Amino acid sequence: MSILQDANREQISRRRKIDWILHILFIAATAVGILALMALLVNIMMDGLSRLSPDLFTNYPSRMASKAGLKSAIVGSIYMVLIMTPISFILGVGAAIYLEEYANKNWLTRLIQLNISTLAGVPSIVYGILGLTIFVRGMHLERSLLSGALTMTLLVLPIIIVSAQEALRAVPRQRRDASFALGATRWQTVSGSVLPSAMPGIMTGVILALSRAIGETAPLVMIGALTFVAFLPNGIMDSFTVMPIQIFNWISRPQEAFHELAAAGIILLLGLLLIMNFAAILLRNKYSKNL
Amino acid sequence: MNQAKERPGITSISFKNKKTYILDRAMPLFLFLCAAVSIVTTIGIVYTLLSETVDFFRKIPIFDFIFGTNWSPLIAPKSFGILPLLSGTMMITIIACLFAIPVGLASAIYLSEYAPTRVRKIVKPVLEVLAGVPTIVYGYFALTFVTPLIRIIFPDTGVFNALSAGIVVGIMIIPMVSSLSEDAMQAVPRSLRQGAYALGATRFEVALKVVVPAAFSGIVSSAVLAFSRAIGETMIVAVAAGATPKLTFNPLESIQTMTGYIVQVSLGDIPHGSIEYGTIYAVGMALFVITFLLNILAQWVARRFREEY
Repeated sequence: MSILQDANREQISRRRKIDWILHILFIAATAVGILALMALLVNIMMDGLSRLSPDLFTNYPSRMASKAGLKSAIVGSIYMVLIMTPISFILGVGAAIYLEEYANKNWLTRLIQLNISTLAGVPSIVYGILGLTIFVRGMHLERSLLSGALTMTLLVLPIIIVSAQEALRAVPRQRRDASFALGATRWQTVSGSVLPSAMPGIMTGVILALSRAIGETAPLVMIGALTFVAFLPNGIMDSFTVMPIQIFNWISRPQEAFHELAAAGIILLLGLLLIMNFAAILLRNKYSKNL
Repeated sequence: MNQAKERPGITSISFKNKKTYILDRAMPLFLFLCAAVSIVTTIGIVYTLLSETVDFFRKIPIFDFIFGTNWSPLIAPKSFGILPLLSGTMMITIIACLFAIPVGLASAIYLSEYAPTRVRKIVKPVLEVLAGVPTIVYGYFALTFVTPLIRIIFPDTGVFNALSAGIVVGIMIIPMVSSLSEDAMQAVPRSLRQGAYALGATRFEVALKVVVPAAFSGIVSSAVLAFSRAIGETMIVAVAAGATPKLTFNPLESIQTMTGYIVQVSLGDIPHGSIEYGTIYAVGMALFVITFLLNILAQWVARRFREEY
């Protein structure tokens, strides 16, 4: 009997030991991701902080690293987002309203839904090829701000639609019933009751989608956003550059000085994204209190 | 509160406000058109890729494209075998997955089964920040931090190499694996865990023998999605992996991926309609088909092997 007990005790202590070792291992694995993020941030700060100056905002790109700045790229990014926002908002939220509030559960609805989730997984560079073919060449919009904004709109639409659908789904049924009971039409119900209550959630999704667009490089390389733009775009048909493209251009140069500039540009870009994400979190918190 | 004034229960003829009536009738059509944009986008992608690719295969035999072992479309003697680009992409993807899947899965197990709620609430969003960092930033990180680190260990590593790009792509997809896997594990009912604990199982036994098998479909689906994401990743490889398409198994050498090639061509000035221009579409088509099939596979795995409780 005592031999059996000893064997049992030994087995238990061995299993406890394995549990302890794995616990440490799992913590270590989790730490890998966090450490990588910290290394990335520290690396960029150390390279770029010294080049972060007002010149970065006021100078155009230049062949000399000491004179180069991000002015046209910052303005280009802002213009692109300004064009994108209304188009992607109307198309994305419209599609979400259709799918959640209007569509019958038939094969067409299922097809659209499946299609949206598939589109979310298409590599961004393929959207670039699409934009190059349809907007730049097919519609003769050339390498303009409008081509870039339309391409990016298609890229972020699946993200906006899915998050808007979730926001609409979170609106309680009773809200719709109450509106119908007052005699409102379906559109009056949607526009007057459902949409306002889902709006914070929708805005959160839209902001996150736009922040994705601000950081995206590959599709704009494809449609030919220029890397050397020494002027500000005057209209939607002007050629343009954006922050990630300019950063990419600086990284591709062998000189150390341009790498420091790139790091400074990255700090600006990450700062902008941080602000947008913070706004999204604030909206989300407000939203969850309302429900 | 305009709608409150409408009279309830009466047929649509009694709408006093004509605008309300027209809006109510017209809106569904407009909203449907918004939803149809997604279908049109897919058709657009398939059509543009297909039409140019078919054109390309009229000039270059499809067999040479798929099985050719030499990719040199810009410099004579020209040759259009995609295998070197495919092997470059696969090398990056496999390095990334070898790194990200174990780390992501272990993080998911830690967050779901071990971590106190307070730790989880902080760590999970921090890991998800990794997914929001623009890929061009990762490219910079690979080139200026990871590559020099590798060169300390292996001094004869090239400035551009597959290992550095692969590891950084791996870092990028960690949150995909960890977040989606953790969601799948959280969906496993508490009663299963409590049953195992009641039988005297330790935490790792509960995690590895109960929770992971129960959440297996979600875990596999997250891994497939991460794999597909790594294949389509562009800027990291364009910056850090190099631009020399070759069939090699040495991760310390400079290579080129499918996405990297497309970027290289579009940076240059290739005349519209030439064979070189057609290569973008042929390579893009290959990329689209591979990622599309993987995404379908991920959805199928998630649905087909889901354990319902």
